[in-house]
Amino acid sequence: MKPLLHVENLSIRLPKGADREFAIRNVNYELMPGELLCVVGESGSGKSMTANAVMGLLPKVIEVDSGAVTFDGFDLTSLEERRARALRGNRISMIFQEPMTALNPLMRVEDQISEVFLIHTAMSATERHDRTLALLEDVGLPDPKKMLRAYPHQLSGGQRQRVMIAMALALEPAVLIADEPTTALDVTTQAQILKLIKELQHKHNTAVMFITHDFGVVAEIADRVVVMEKGEMVELGKRDEVLNHPQHPYTKKLIAAVPPLVSPQREVSVHQEAPILQVKNLCKTYTTGGSWFTKARIVKAADDVNFELHRGETLGLVGESGSGKSTVSRCVVRLLEADSGQILLAGNEIQSLNSKQLMPFRKRIQMVFQDPYASLNPRKTIGQIIADGPIAQGMPATDALAKAAELLELVELPKTALDRYPHEFSGGQRQRIGIARALAHDPEVLVADEAISALDVSVQAQILELIDVLKKRLNLAVLFVVHDLRVAAQVCDRVIVMEKGKIVEMGETSQVFEAPIHEYTKSLIASIPGAHWRSGVEDNQSIEIMEAQV
Amino acid sequence: MNVIKSLTQNKVAMVGFGILFMFVVIALFGPYLYDGSPWRMVQRPFLPPFQNSNYILGTDTLGRDVLAGLIYGARISLLVGLVSTTIALLIGIPLGAYAGYYGGWVDEVLMRFTEIFQTVPSFALAVVLVAIFEPSVYSITGAIAIVSWPPVARLVRGEFLSLRSQEYVLAAKLNGQTNRNIIMREILPNSLSPIIVLASLMVASAILLESSLSFLGLGDPEIMSWGYMIGAAKTVIRQAWWLSFIPGIAIAITVLSLNLLGEGLNEALNPKLSGKRES
Repeated sequence: MKPLLHVENLSIRLPKGADREFAIRNVNYELMPGELLCVVGESGSGKSMTANAVMGLLPKVIEVDSGAVTFDGFDLTSLEERRARALRGNRISMIFQEPMTALNPLMRVEDQISEVFLIHTAMSATERHDRTLALLEDVGLPDPKKMLRAYPHQLSGGQRQRVMIAMALALEPAVLIADEPTTALDVTTQAQILKLIKELQHKHNTAVMFITHDFGVVAEIADRVVVMEKGEMVELGKRDEVLNHPQHPYTKKLIAAVPPLVSPQREVSVHQEAPILQVKNLCKTYTTGGSWFTKARIVKAADDVNFELHRGETLGLVGESGSGKSTVSRCVVRLLEADSGQILLAGNEIQSLNSKQLMPFRKRIQMVFQDPYASLNPRKTIGQIIADGPIAQGMPATDALAKAAELLELVELPKTALDRYPHEFSGGQRQRIGIARALAHDPEVLVADEAISALDVSVQAQILELIDVLKKRLNLAVLFVVHDLRVAAQVCDRVIVMEKGKIVEMGETSQVFEAPIHEYTKSLIASIPGAHWRSGVEDNQSIEIMEAQV
Repeated sequence: MNVIKSLTQNKVAMVGFGILFMFVVIALFGPYLYDGSPWRMVQRPFLPPFQNSNYILGTDTLGRDVLAGLIYGARISLLVGLVSTTIALLIGIPLGAYAGYYGGWVDEVLMRFTEIFQTVPSFALAVVLVAIFEPSVYSITGAIAIVSWPPVARLVRGEFLSLRSQEYVLAAKLNGQTNRNIIMREILPNSLSPIIVLASLMVASAILLESSLSFLGLGDPEIMSWGYMIGAAKTVIRQAWWLSFIPGIAIAITVLSLNLLGEGLNEALNPKLSGKRES
């Protein structure tokens, strides 16, 4: 079979002053008709670069240095703009990560999709209308006739992504490039979109280049896999070969870092002492809009939430976006005011305290934030960032700085970091600093709000391990807010599953994952991409990989 | 450090800075180095420039030295520009910071108050204020400050609104830091760059405003200023065009150089916004 798209020795040069000379270097692969090729890599690996070169989306300062991308006998890297335009959207099309920003907010769905026909074909208005309607049916949107008249903001994230797919497939392209199309979506929506892409690919025999960072997604849909590391292609092979018998050490490392979907056997500890944190009947409602003429939109972000947390325990709070898990975590540390209910910290009611009375309790419950780039003040040194808390609580500045140095050691960062500024550190290191800051108060409860979801998978594994070690050493109670069920399965002793502000299931991790009771939990677990891979039987093998690493 | 480096590499901004620096030197030391009072009649009236080597720029309608007027005028223009901008910042920053940080009714009250000032045409308000309080350097500076703080308040409020939900601010709250500390040490340093840029442009508009007031005869009668010189020469513009032209050029160059510097600062402080250093 002749390859559709042939990437030959492609090198793309970065402008001077970048962290490396080439964005990608000597990359070679081909895309066969009707196959789904996954390009995987961590952030900064250059995995999107080839796709951008194919689509002519490279920023002006970045140039193709050598090599070629051949499609239909043309070299796409040197094709003149007029002819490239005829190919784009017609023979090769693309889906983007963020469905909200990829659709024009001022255009109705119909105009948006039929624009493709308007540009590339000579169809009449009625033909365009009919084709658009057929496409919307094809991508499984409910009530397609009504959808035609909808604006992007009236659709959910998954629906928007379906519209994007309909647009991309409008002219039955030979090649579809999908750049992280499901990363911004919830796990159940992601499962549906992945299924849709796979179905449409079979139906139209489209070749798909699927760019992703998630090995679960690879396991779910890929035929073949390309692994990228720092601009170099390190491995290329059939899915099962790469996933189960990785050859290159980097691939091994990446795969070993993917948490297996089996919760390890944990001792079920019977807690003697009273729980450190008790949440009783917590309610929080958001009201938006609402005026004399329109009805206010009321969202119950926390609806009668009850749970307990003991020292030395990790409690997972899982759910999709909008489930209220972040609201609960923020109410618990009192960054948000709950409407009603009680929060007891070591038996003390802290919900009703005013900010002055709350002061002594602040240090006993601390939080690690999600975004390592936004959670550190860019104008302060690391030393100041960590020492600020204790100083605010009345510790002399010199003691606080000495303590900051100790904490840096605890989170495995060099002491020299004290006088440096946040921008000098990588995402993982910043997250360590965030943890050190939270620990500066010697807290009893640590709330981790999606503390690892912004990190690459290999860094994720390190941070998870660090939190686990610290938990044991300091006998912390950890409330772990997470949307990634693989992570939850690995690190939590117990999990709480939330849906629309309500707790739908709560129990031992292994029990929830192996024998879920509630329908919602079942659908969540069924939606995990690549669920069949690295679970149960194959688990031994992943341990082998880890050992090989050591 | 990076900011200074990228600013020094910006040629246009450096030209602006150079001219401004020259004017500052003239304003500071000119009166000591150049012998002559701007008020004394020294020669025949309407002496054109470059005719008499003692009075290079000629004399005005009463035979006063134009160059001396320019030098003393630089003083008042820059002084009024800087002081009124400082006062405007001192009013605008706290108001904007409180409104943006606390939100809710505090925001409502402070912003409605700001809007009262914004709805009145600023120049008309300045004229009225100066007229009420008798023209003097103090009343002019005060009037300019009072009409120019609202944009500062709005800008600072916007910055605070977006920064107050940043995670490092939340972390500071969890640390038990006081609101004052959070405002002063966490948020304000991170919102300084747009404020600096705005301030540099405000100095320019304050200089223009001062000149306009003096032109209308609302300047301090004790002090020679560029606007006064133009105003005094407006009746004789056909006979002696240079009397309006020379101080006019001085105002234009000062304002232009401040704008160039402001632009340069903007590029150096917000590289992403100016779109020049995109990778």
